[in-house]
Amino acid sequence: MLRHLRPALVMIAAFTAITGLLYPLAMTGVAQTFFPEEANGSLLAVNGEAKGSALIGQAFAGDRYFHGRPSATLGPDPSDPSKTTALPYNASNSGGSNLGPSNQALIDRIKTDSAELKAQNPGVSLPIDLVTTSGSGLDPHLSPEAAQFQVPRVAMARNLPVERVHQLVTQNTEGRILGFIGEPRVNVLKLNLVLDRDAR
Amino acid sequence: MTINGWVQILVFCALVAAIVSPLGWYMTRVFAGEKTFLSPLLRPVESGLYKLAGIDEREEQHWLTYALAMLAFNLTGFLVLYGLQRFQAALPYNPMEMANVAPDLSFNTAVSFVTNTNWQNYGGESTMSYLVQMVGLTVQNFLSAATGIALAIALVRGFSRASAKGIGNFWADMTRAVLYVLLPLCIVLAVVYVARGVPQTLGASVDVTTLEGGKQTIAVGPVASQLAIKMLGTNGGGFFNANSAHPFENPDALVNLIQMISIFAIGAGLTNVFGRMVGDQRQGWAILGAMAFLFLAGVSVAYWAEAGGNPLVHALGVEGGNMEGKEVRFGTAMSALFAVVTTAASCGAVNAMLSSFMPLGGMIPLINMELGEIVIGGVGAGLYGMLLFVIVTMFVAGLMVGRTPEYLGKKIEAKEVKMAILAILSLPVVMLGFTAIAVVTPTALSSIGNPGPHGFAEVLYAYVSGAANNGSAFGSLSGNTPWYNLTLGAAMLIGRFFVIIPAMAIAGSMAAKKRLPVSAGTFPTHGGLFIGLLVGVILIVGGLTFFPALALGPIVEHLSVIAGQSFAAGG
Amino acid sequence: MNTAHARDRASLPSLVDPSIIVPALTASVTKLDPRLMIKNPVMFVVEVVAALTTILFVKDVLVGGTSLAFSFQIILWLWFTLLFANFAEAVAEGRGKAQAASLRKTRTETQAKLLDSERARDFTLVPGGQLKVGDVVLVEAGDIIPSDGEVVEGVASVNEAAITGESAPVIRESGGDRSAVTGGTQVLSDWIRVRITAAPGSTFIDRMIALVEGASRQKTPNEIALNILLAGLTIIFVVAVATIPSFTAYAGGTIPIISLVALFVTLIPTTIGALLSAIGIAGMDRLVRFNVLAMSGRAVEAAGDVDTLLLDKTGTITLGNRQATSFRPMRGVSEEDLADAAQLASLADETPEGRSIVVLAKERYGIRARQMGELHATFVPFTAQTRMSGVDIGESIIRKGAVDSILAYLSPKIPVLSAGAAPTVKSLVGADQVREVQAIADDIAKAGGTPLAVAKDGRLLGVVQLKDIVKGGIKERFAELRQMGIRTVMITGDNPMTAAAIAAEAGVDDFLAQATPEDKLALIRSEQAQGKLVAMCGDGTNDAPALAQADVGVAMNTGTVAAREAGNMVDLDSDPTKLIEIVEIGKQLLMTRGSLTTFSISNDVAKYFAIIPAIFAAIYPQLGALNIMHLATPESAILSAIIFNALIIVALIPLALRGVKYRAIGAAPLLRRNLLVYGLGGIIVPFIGIKAIDLLITTIGLA
Repeated sequence: MLRHLRPALVMIAAFTAITGLLYPLAMTGVAQTFFPEEANGSLLAVNGEAKGSALIGQAFAGDRYFHGRPSATLGPDPSDPSKTTALPYNASNSGGSNLGPSNQALIDRIKTDSAELKAQNPGVSLPIDLVTTSGSGLDPHLSPEAAQFQVPRVAMARNLPVERVHQLVTQNTEGRILGFIGEPRVNVLKLNLVLDRDAR
Repeated sequence: MTINGWVQILVFCALVAAIVSPLGWYMTRVFAGEKTFLSPLLRPVESGLYKLAGIDEREEQHWLTYALAMLAFNLTGFLVLYGLQRFQAALPYNPMEMANVAPDLSFNTAVSFVTNTNWQNYGGESTMSYLVQMVGLTVQNFLSAATGIALAIALVRGFSRASAKGIGNFWADMTRAVLYVLLPLCIVLAVVYVARGVPQTLGASVDVTTLEGGKQTIAVGPVASQLAIKMLGTNGGGFFNANSAHPFENPDALVNLIQMISIFAIGAGLTNVFGRMVGDQRQGWAILGAMAFLFLAGVSVAYWAEAGGNPLVHALGVEGGNMEGKEVRFGTAMSALFAVVTTAASCGAVNAMLSSFMPLGGMIPLINMELGEIVIGGVGAGLYGMLLFVIVTMFVAGLMVGRTPEYLGKKIEAKEVKMAILAILSLPVVMLGFTAIAVVTPTALSSIGNPGPHGFAEVLYAYVSGAANNGSAFGSLSGNTPWYNLTLGAAMLIGRFFVIIPAMAIAGSMAAKKRLPVSAGTFPTHGGLFIGLLVGVILIVGGLTFFPALALGPIVEHLSVIAGQSFAAGG
Repeated sequence: MNTAHARDRASLPSLVDPSIIVPALTASVTKLDPRLMIKNPVMFVVEVVAALTTILFVKDVLVGGTSLAFSFQIILWLWFTLLFANFAEAVAEGRGKAQAASLRKTRTETQAKLLDSERARDFTLVPGGQLKVGDVVLVEAGDIIPSDGEVVEGVASVNEAAITGESAPVIRESGGDRSAVTGGTQVLSDWIRVRITAAPGSTFIDRMIALVEGASRQKTPNEIALNILLAGLTIIFVVAVATIPSFTAYAGGTIPIISLVALFVTLIPTTIGALLSAIGIAGMDRLVRFNVLAMSGRAVEAAGDVDTLLLDKTGTITLGNRQATSFRPMRGVSEEDLADAAQLASLADETPEGRSIVVLAKERYGIRARQMGELHATFVPFTAQTRMSGVDIGESIIRKGAVDSILAYLSPKIPVLSAGAAPTVKSLVGADQVREVQAIADDIAKAGGTPLAVAKDGRLLGVVQLKDIVKGGIKERFAELRQMGIRTVMITGDNPMTAAAIAAEAGVDDFLAQATPEDKLALIRSEQAQGKLVAMCGDGTNDAPALAQADVGVAMNTGTVAAREAGNMVDLDSDPTKLIEIVEIGKQLLMTRGSLTTFSISNDVAKYFAIIPAIFAAIYPQLGALNIMHLATPESAILSAIIFNALIIVALIPLALRGVKYRAIGAAPLLRRNLLVYGLGGIIVPFIGIKAIDLLITTIGLA
């Protein structure tokens, strides 16, 4: 074992330098030079002020905005920093609900949420992504159906014709990459920014 | 299930199949020490390293020497990583001013990364400094992967050589794996990832004011560089807590596809290296064929389960696939595929929360790992794990055709059977043993997050994932407790080294054997019959052991869910 | 193959013969001794478990536990499982024991006539058991040869029926390849002096007895490897079952220990564990019934692995005797003259070749057989010096022999005729004649024949063509061997041209012509250097090195002591064709093990489906969905599985003893076939069996 000591130490040190410092720092250099926006979090700015990231979902509560999916992220409890409490779309502590499919808590939550949503838009079938939390808790997207589902509420809150909002949603729906990779989706933050800009 | 979902799955398979041969060709040259197009650039670095470390790259090592070198290297790596975490507060590149990591968590994390498990009992963005992420975790992502590749190459040499004493040189194999294979591919991948939106910065988190006026702190960091090796090296330890479900760690479906391919790339390519080195590429394709069969069977079940959705939710009048814990941009098809890929290989990265998978959807990852992750498997680990099963298979098959069993002209005798069985045996012992202790230990039970059989599955999954060096989890289990930090650490160590050491012993004894000529009495190991038999042995020898545990976990949960029964906490 | 002898041996007691069954039943119980059981790890584990559950059961009876009847039945079947396993082994041993008993009768204590020295005439009577290696004894007509030895003087006819079953006497004489005698055989006529070569208690018969009884049976390498695999599987299932109580504790239930024991015992590979040693013993037994004694099980296994088979041409590939097929006279000599001379030279020649010449001369030219006496002829026998034989009739001298021998005889000055160089010494045959006769000889050799030159009164008359007769059906046998992946090499003393022609006719893959013992040894070594396993048979002392070098060396029983010691098998019938059967028996042995292992492991699928829903039913009734066999109750399910597990052992005993039939169809088709039968069959059969047993026991109300 002892005769392996020198190679072990030298190799660890050398590869720490190469793969631990040289590699990430070089990549950071390349990234900051060629892709500065993406490398720094794809931030969306309005009038020079960052309003969020194009890739990270945001918590929306008001009727004027499209709501993203439920988020199960947690944050420090303001009353007791040693504990955590629900803090949707906490982008410094990602995570999902981790509720198992047979967990009564999951069923209860979906029951409550779906009853609420169905009351808002009776007679329309409720898209499943509106009542399920995402894996990261930061899902920036909705399915097109889930966005369309919210159109009446947003249109009413903004005093806009339903068709106009429908149209905006359709315009902001992204298809599958190359026509078959991934799923069709609507970026909620981008849609809401468009709403704020174009349809005040 | 949709046609589009299956198209994506098949396109993924086709792309993986397409890179097997070129990558295999390239790696074969690298590990034979031959010139490649990168040699002019890398050869000076390589020679410099050997000189600095006092290594003669041409020195052939006995299997024991090879194994000891590997152990010395991994032990050193462990100590460095442990130290870095314990003192991160005092070290640079810590813009978020993270505190020192607790001893038990540091132990668990160090073991986890050195063994290529990358089980994470911590949230990346909330625990580790950039320095630890780069200099500690990223480095071990490279080195544990390189260790796996080196070991696989050494075992392959055991089959390809005849009457030889040595099985190669660990230092040379490991160095070449990093310099010629992992690093160049990572550089390319990292640039692609950044271009698609993965952050790569040393700046601190970004604070923004949301449209509704709230505050959002967005964690960023040197993500792309770590992401590249995390996938390619089948490490799976995420930069962020949500791993590849996090939009920064997996911004879109294209990146998702690339990530899945890079998980399989080296493991699949190594089967071709195997074929080339033993002088018959069909041997490699046959092994890949057996892997592909198990893989597609797993994907079919998982996708079917996830696309079918949760009957308990359907009963509430909400139709659709199971989207709890999944991202809209991936949907059920790519989430199910990713889960099977990540556990078939020993990656453990996730793009959806496995704990929220349907019972049978979550059972497939569990089975993948219980079989020892031999479907493609961890870089290197998958191949040597599979070859252990091949030895057992050929032993039985050889007897059935009336000859002393042999594989590739090497007789399989008591020693090889003993070592293969020891390695295969160690996994269920650790997986089931620790689970059995944990589910009757109050401290361990208090970490369980879901009631009923699902809670049992969480604990089982944790030890299965640890021992198989996967690292994925049913995240509902709060693993950051001294109990789990220590026991999972032990499971990871046993699961890694109790497979590696016997595998190396086999490499040594195989290399020393004479090569027997092939005759009509030799059972050909490149056809469908061999693949079928191998799959059968894997399922019956590797799988049946877990039947009782699976029955009490996912199977009973599945039967309950379809019968409309849920489980309430405290009930 | 010598079928008569095979039949002799096959008339050993059959499976259902009470003389086998009754002692086997007793042995099943005595073999429960843990000291014996521990040699078989799987069954030993079953015994430990059975003993522990029995103790628990007794305790339960005393304190008044529940479901005693169910527990009792399970425990009973556990013990039955063990007894069945022991029974299988005992039956396999039984046949060997019967054979050993008959051998032992011949080993009755004999009085030996110990000579004071090799040359002495006086002897003292000593008990045969006291003879030491190197002692010389006198054995006269009617005496039993007291121990193994080598004839140092004399010729005798010996009855070796005791070991070969062959009643026709054989000749044993000093020197040459027939000098070995075996203790226990009887001298019928004449006398011999024998130097003892075996220490007391280790004579050939002693070793035979030990072998057929299985007393000296050691585990073969493959058996050891298989045992490791089985032990490994057993440990895996220990873990799988031992963890269940804590898993169910989590789910809030408990499972009776007896149910866990039942699950465990049905899962571990008891079927193959129980039959493993029976398979090994039966393999040796099959050889014994072929009148072949393997000195170790390792040799039998090696036989299955053989890649190259070295076969002597004469007696194995061709009939032992060559036959004259034509007369080829020299220019100026009539065919009839040649025939006449050849016939005269062969009249007294009792070799098959000689007789065939007489027959051919009569067939072709009506030359009648004449009496040697009437002709006043003297027969000149073949000697190693002249390498010719012939006849002298008055002044007339006729000789026949190999072409070069006759040439040398006619013109002793001509050493070798180098091409084109005219002979410088005046001789009886001209250079033209030499060329002519050699052309004829080459012609014959190319056709696979052997030329026999005939000369009369110093004049070369011509050549008799002798032809080897290739045995019928041998070509097909070699094709079969090729299918098995075995290469055949013909060994012959013939010249390369003749050898090539016969090799082509017989369909061997290769040949070694003009082979010396050194050539044979070199060939074996070169084959082995390529990683091949070589089998050969031989009888002479000069074969001993090659026999020892070969991986499977079959010594002919008629051979010398040296040959017998060097080989690892002895063929009592001295039939070299048997090598082929020996290879098949070796393969059969391995295949039987492999197939039953596969069957045993495949069985687990059904057993899981029987027991898992049963034992978890109380905790999670949903798991009843896994009860795809619709077994009546949890108790009946568990009981059916364990009964099936025990009965399958008994059901497979005949197969274990008979062996899985080997088919020379190539490895892949063979494996496909065996997988279908024993792999797929192993998955399906228990589903049917367990269901049937369940129906039966619920009907009669056992559970």
